[in-house]
Amino acid sequence: MGSPRYFYNVAGKMIPWFAISFLLTLIAGIYYGLFVAPPDYQQGESYRIMYIHVPAAWMSMFIYIVMAVAGLISLVWRIKITEITIISSASVGASFTFLALVTGSLWGKPMWGTWWVWDARLTSELLLLFLYLGIIALYSAIEDKRVAARAISILALVGVVNIPIIHYSVEWWNTLHQTSSVTMTGKQAMSTSMLIPLLLMGISFKLYYGAVVLMRARAEVLERDRNTRWVRELVEGEMK
Amino acid sequence: MSTLSLTSAFILLLKRDLVLAYRRRAELVNPLLFFVLVTAMFPLGIGNDPKLIQAVGPGVIWVAALLAALLSLDTMFRSDFDDGTLEQFMLSAHPISVLVLAKILAHWMITGLPLFIAAPLLAMMLNVPTDAIPTLMLTLVLGTPVLSLIGSVGVALTVGLRRGGVILSLLVLPLYVPVLIFATDAVKTSIVGIPTSAHISILAAMLIGSLVLAPLATAASLRISLS
Repeated sequence: MGSPRYFYNVAGKMIPWFAISFLLTLIAGIYYGLFVAPPDYQQGESYRIMYIHVPAAWMSMFIYIVMAVAGLISLVWRIKITEITIISSASVGASFTFLALVTGSLWGKPMWGTWWVWDARLTSELLLLFLYLGIIALYSAIEDKRVAARAISILALVGVVNIPIIHYSVEWWNTLHQTSSVTMTGKQAMSTSMLIPLLLMGISFKLYYGAVVLMRARAEVLERDRNTRWVRELVEGEMK
Repeated sequence: MSTLSLTSAFILLLKRDLVLAYRRRAELVNPLLFFVLVTAMFPLGIGNDPKLIQAVGPGVIWVAALLAALLSLDTMFRSDFDDGTLEQFMLSAHPISVLVLAKILAHWMITGLPLFIAAPLLAMMLNVPTDAIPTLMLTLVLGTPVLSLIGSVGVALTVGLRRGGVILSLLVLPLYVPVLIFATDAVKTSIVGIPTSAHISILAAMLIGSLVLAPLATAASLRISLS
């Protein structure tokens, strides 16, 4: 299971499935979100940016947790694939965090009248972006990539302390940012017609992450194993 | 095999680091000088309105303390890394996390403690009310060890790198933010005259939490950096 060659083949077979289901949920989510869901009684049409903003913010935290779990596994069991997962996830996570910040800022302008407020959630999201960038910078600064992978494992674990601070910051400092409208239990604060596209987009973004992280991990596997026989055979097979 | 007990190893290491720092007294004042300088820059930058200076005072002192701590972090393991002492640590019979804790404690006594002593003076210069100064001191005494503890993880990860400085600040500064928020909020709250025990408790919790976890993470990071 842990062998890079096996992973390379299985991942190659999984990518199309992730990609196709990503596209289907994306089209459905965007259609529902932009055309079917009713306008908000307070925010009008401009709330629809939520269908990008909220899933991106979910992903920014989800990916970091994935990285921390992968970091723990690679530190304890030294599994190559989880080491590769961390660095393959980092830039995807950083992109989602950036997307959440940009869309949040675009949403903030009509709603709050300003592009940026030093609200707890925005600030934590910005810090999360720095945590991602720190991981990427540390990985690229260490030449031996196996050592680099273990170093960022520790960093991801240390940084995961920041995730609960992001999540509970709304309750702690409760300022301008609206509190979370989606809860697992209890009464929904959002109507079902608005919630369905949001959940569709959430699933769609997760599938996108799955497809991209597998692609990046495959490339990383090839680069790390470039001197082994199976990669050479693979490349020679491609050349023919 | 040495018969040195863990406690005496800890004390010996602490003494050694303090003596080494004392022999280089000129370097010893650098973080303090930096702290005072950065703090003095702010009124020059934002204007001399006493109200404004008072409003930003606690934040300025804490940001300056943060930067001074960051600047001095690199000295924590640098010379021991260069001359191979750290490799001898790895061979030692004692747990590395405890030895690392001795070095962090020494580092805090060398760089954090002087800031703590200079802070009341700077607070006066920034119009922080006298009543709020004990709170400021309390946040510094609880907060600056957290800076050294969290920072030690970052230094341990970057000590083997040639251009580790900028990366170190990228790794460490985001993690310093909770300390900064609660410490400055505590001082601001006490200026208004509201009890600050909640803030102080959270800062103390951060200190205890990082005291337990940071040496373990630092020890693991050093092992990686030396591999």
